[in-house]
This record gives sequence, C-alpha cells and structure tokens, in this order.
Amino acid sequence: MTSIATQQARAPGAAAAQAAPAGRRRLGRKGRERLAAALFLLPDGLGLALFVVLPMLLSFLLSFFQVSGFGSYEWIGVGNYERMVNDPYFWSSMGVTAKYVVLMVPTLFVVSLSLGVLMKQMLPGMSVYRTALFLPHMLSLVVVGLLWKFMLDDQTGVVNKAGGELGLGARSWLGDPGLALYAVIAVTVWYYMGYYMIIFLAGLNEIPRELYEAARIDGAGPWTSFRRITWPLLKPTSFFVLIVSTVAAITGTFDLIFVLTDGGPANGTAVAMFYIYQQAFVFGEYGYAAALGSFLVLVMVALSWLIFKATKGGRFDDE
Amino acid sequence: MSSDTLAGGGPAARPTPLRGPGRRRARAGLTVLAIVVSVLSIFPVLWLITSALKPREAVTDGKLLPDDVTWENFRYVLTEVAFDRWLWNSFFTAAIITVLALFFHSMAAYALARLRFPGRDGIFVVIFSTLLITPPVILIPLFIVVREMGMLDSYAALIIPAIFNAFGIFLLRQFYLGIPRELEEAAIADGAGYWRIYRSIILPLSRPILSALSVFFFLANWNAFAWPLVATSSENLTVTQVGIASFTTQYGSNWNYILAAAVVAVIPMLMLFLFFQRQMVESIKTSGLK
Repeated sequence: MTSIATQQARAPGAAAAQAAPAGRRRLGRKGRERLAAALFLLPDGLGLALFVVLPMLLSFLLSFFQVSGFGSYEWIGVGNYERMVNDPYFWSSMGVTAKYVVLMVPTLFVVSLSLGVLMKQMLPGMSVYRTALFLPHMLSLVVVGLLWKFMLDDQTGVVNKAGGELGLGARSWLGDPGLALYAVIAVTVWYYMGYYMIIFLAGLNEIPRELYEAARIDGAGPWTSFRRITWPLLKPTSFFVLIVSTVAAITGTFDLIFVLTDGGPANGTAVAMFYIYQQAFVFGEYGYAAALGSFLVLVMVALSWLIFKATKGGRFDDE
Repeated sequence: MSSDTLAGGGPAARPTPLRGPGRRRARAGLTVLAIVVSVLSIFPVLWLITSALKPREAVTDGKLLPDDVTWENFRYVLTEVAFDRWLWNSFFTAAIITVLALFFHSMAAYALARLRFPGRDGIFVVIFSTLLITPPVILIPLFIVVREMGMLDSYAALIIPAIFNAFGIFLLRQFYLGIPRELEEAAIADGAGYWRIYRSIILPLSRPILSALSVFFFLANWNAFAWPLVATSSENLTVTQVGIASFTTQYGSNWNYILAAAVVAVIPMLMLFLFFQRQMVESIKTSGLK
C-alpha cells in the first residue's frame, strides 16, 4: 500500500508531462479518483434514479391513498396496510410465493451449476449440447406459456399422450391444485437452466486450469477438486445466481403464470405478484396494489440483505 | 430420434487420449448424460416448430413429425397481420437498448469494483436493491413518470426506461472484482487516467462477459411484453410479443395459427443466437486459457 502511495506522489510530474489539465494536479490522487467514480456512475445513476427509484417512491406514496378510477386520490393513511394485514387471499398468495421460491431456487441452482460443470468437461459434441441447453431461453415467456399450455393440455397435450403410452395415467397438470405449482416450477427450471448454466460457465472459465492440474497431481478426485477449488472460487457467481433467481422467482415469472395457469386452479399458482396485478388491473385498486407491492419489495430487500451478509457479497477477501 | 443424430455425431470418448478404463467409462457416462439433458431441453422447442407445420386437424395428433407439412399457417399469419413491422420494432429497440446499457453498466461497474471513494458500498447496496424493483412492481408509477416527461407512445418510451437496470452493473461488478489489481497499478504508475484504464484494460478484459451480456440484453428486450404493452398504443409501435399476445386472444384455440405466430417470433432469435454463439463460446474459451 505504501509503495503505491509513493509511486502516486511521483505521478503528478508524469501527468503534467502529458499536458494534463491543471485541475487534475490540484485535485490530487484521491480527489481525482472520486471525481472519476462520480462521472463513471453518472449515466446509470441518473437513469436508475429517474426510471426506477422515482417510480418506486411514487408507488410507496400511492400506497397511502385510496384510488378510485384513474385520477381521483383520497389520503387514507395506513388504511391499505391495515387491509393487507387482514386479507387472507394476500397471505395465501405469499404462502404460494414462499413455496415456489423454496422449491424452485435450490432446484434451479443445483441443476444449472451441474450443467455448467458438465459443460466444462471436454466431451465430444459439447457445443451442440450447450446450444441445445440454452435454446429454450431464446423463447419469450409469452411463447413459453403458450407452448406448455399446448403440451400440458389434459386431452390433446403431448405430455399426457406420451404418459399414456408409457402406461402412466393422464393427469390434469394445470387443472389439479396439487400439481399445477410443480408444473410451473418444472417449466421455470426448464426455461432458466441454460441461462444460469452460461453464467456459471463464465465463472468456471475464470478459475485457473493449473489449480485443477495441481490438485490432480496431489491425488485429489473430482469431488475434492470441486469442493476445494470450484466451490470457493465460484462464490461471486453463486451469490449472483442466488440473488437474481430469488428475485426472478418472486416477481419475474409473473408473465408465465399469467399465460400458463392464470393463477389457478383454486389460486394454487396465484403468487403474490399475480394477486397484486389483479388488484391493480382487474379491480382497479391501484392504492391497495401499491401497498402490497411496497410490502413485497420490503420483503425482497430484507431477503437480499440477508443473502448479502451471509455470503459477504461474494467477495474473495474480507474487505 | 434426434438423440440418435446427436449420439452418431460423437460416440463417447473414443478420439480423446485416455488415462484409464475408469476415466473412459466416466466420460462415456457424462456424454450420455449431456445428450439426455440436451434432448429434454430442446424437445419442446422442436415440438413447437413441427406442430406449427401441421394442418389444423393434425396439430394435436401427438406426433413429432407432421404427416403432411403445410406452410399455410405461416402464410396465413404473415398475411393477416403486420408481422414485419412488429419484428422491426423489436429489433430496433432491443439493439439500441443493448448497446447503451452495456456501455453505461460497464462504466458504473468499473467505478463500483475498482475505484475507491466514500460511500461506495452504500451506493452499491442502493443500486443493488433496485435489482429487486422489477418492472411489474413499478409498472403504474413508471407509466406516470414517462407520461409526465411527454415520452409516451414513442420509441423513446420503449427504449430509455429499458436501459437502466442493476442486473448488468451487478454482474460486471462481480466480474471486475476478480481482475488482478497489478494491471491497473502498472497503468497508474505510467500516468494513465481512469478513462484510459477503463478503455484499454477493463473493457478488453471484459469482452467475454460483455458478449454474453449482449445476448442476454438483446433477448430480454426482444421478449419484453408488459412495458411495451402499456407504453405504446400506436399500431406502428407494436412490438412482437405484444403483437403475438393480441393475435392469441383473437384466435383462441386455433393452435396451428398461434404456434405459427410464435415460431415467426422465435426464429429470428434462434438464427441470431446460432450465429452469435460461436463468437461467444470462442471468446469465453480463450479467456479461460489466459
């Protein structure tokens, strides 16, 4: 650290030789670094403030109003939140969300990490498999919803037809409240596994090959190398996948549920996001929907903070 | 059927140098596993495409290959609606969003990962928590903000709000944390400014992750549905997903037409991906070696 500081002390002379602006010298190294950081952060910072944070604050503000129609607002304080506490449908939708997250996120994590490790092996025809695995992610959720609705249809769907030929009874995959959520989870994992596999692959490619060779010379088997090399060095990537897939599970698969099950049967797949959407766009309860949305964001912030703390932000060091 | 083709293309580990029968068996097993998951993954997509080639009365016949191949569904879909306009709108907006987003996100990520300034972790946590504010949550207030700015029902409304999300910043930051500090320190000792370090060290090093991200961004925006739906109302601003959805509500249970429309929306992405993937895999491969 000190040696860098001494180098820096000499740096202004070099900067002047390059005809650097005078302000640069006056600012000093720390000041220049801060100014640079501010400028680098400016475009995204401004955009996020205008198109993400401001709407979020507006949404929070809206949660204290009763909105009738589109345009007439009445301040009702915490009325919407009181209503939320006593709304059994909302809490049942939170239960569905929790079940969905708890089942889907670990499944997706294990499947895509395994696929990433599998695709890292130098097997013949690897690029074909990689393409095949990523291919579903080229579809939009609108198309995925349509396609699986077509394939999972009770009478005409290919899944039940294939099941019938294998001697399995036909099931009402999307019509049975005990099955529909699992069907949605399976479709979600199918859709996202190739995507997270690519992310894991990018992380795996960052791990120096020599480490594995050294481990093999030391007699370590594949499991030991995974546990001692891959797993610790993959921490930043794992952290990323965990956070993003959790958030996607809570809000992102709304489009899919909308097309595939419409929240049914018997609200079995009505996740919180779907219920909020209904409150806003079906019943016109914008204020109440804003309150539910704000609460959901709060839950997600708390959850992510926990993951961030638990994994130290996925950093290698303890900075 | 497709598994036969794949297996024929590469029977287990025969051409590779072997280090023992155990390793050979393991590699054969892994290859079979890779083939099985690939087939499971790709089957529904094949099903979508082949079903769209079936005439109406055969679309639910449960066969992978159509008895009679018909292009009538595509002809019908392409002549009944303005698909070319939808496809162009999706392409145009997704391309601009991708370029601007990669540029802005890599700048912000560089500052967050490599520069020292007060409040860095605080700013990161704030940006990071906006990751949780997904479009469905802010759909109504975002609509109000964009309307107040007078941008509604324009390309600006489709493009500008879609650039900013914490996803890319976050992934790039995690990537930049792993770059050895010595590279920058040498450049700083040479008197290089931060912009030059970003341009000539950070950006070239991030080529693999930027190419991967560009595929993801382009795709996400090509597939965007909810925001384009509320942000635009003019017919000449309709994007592909919104077009398909409205087409679907119009055509109810005519699966042959609906699937053909879906295929038309999916084919450009598949072509682009098959073309682009080579560069992506190449760049990832070389970055792994050095």
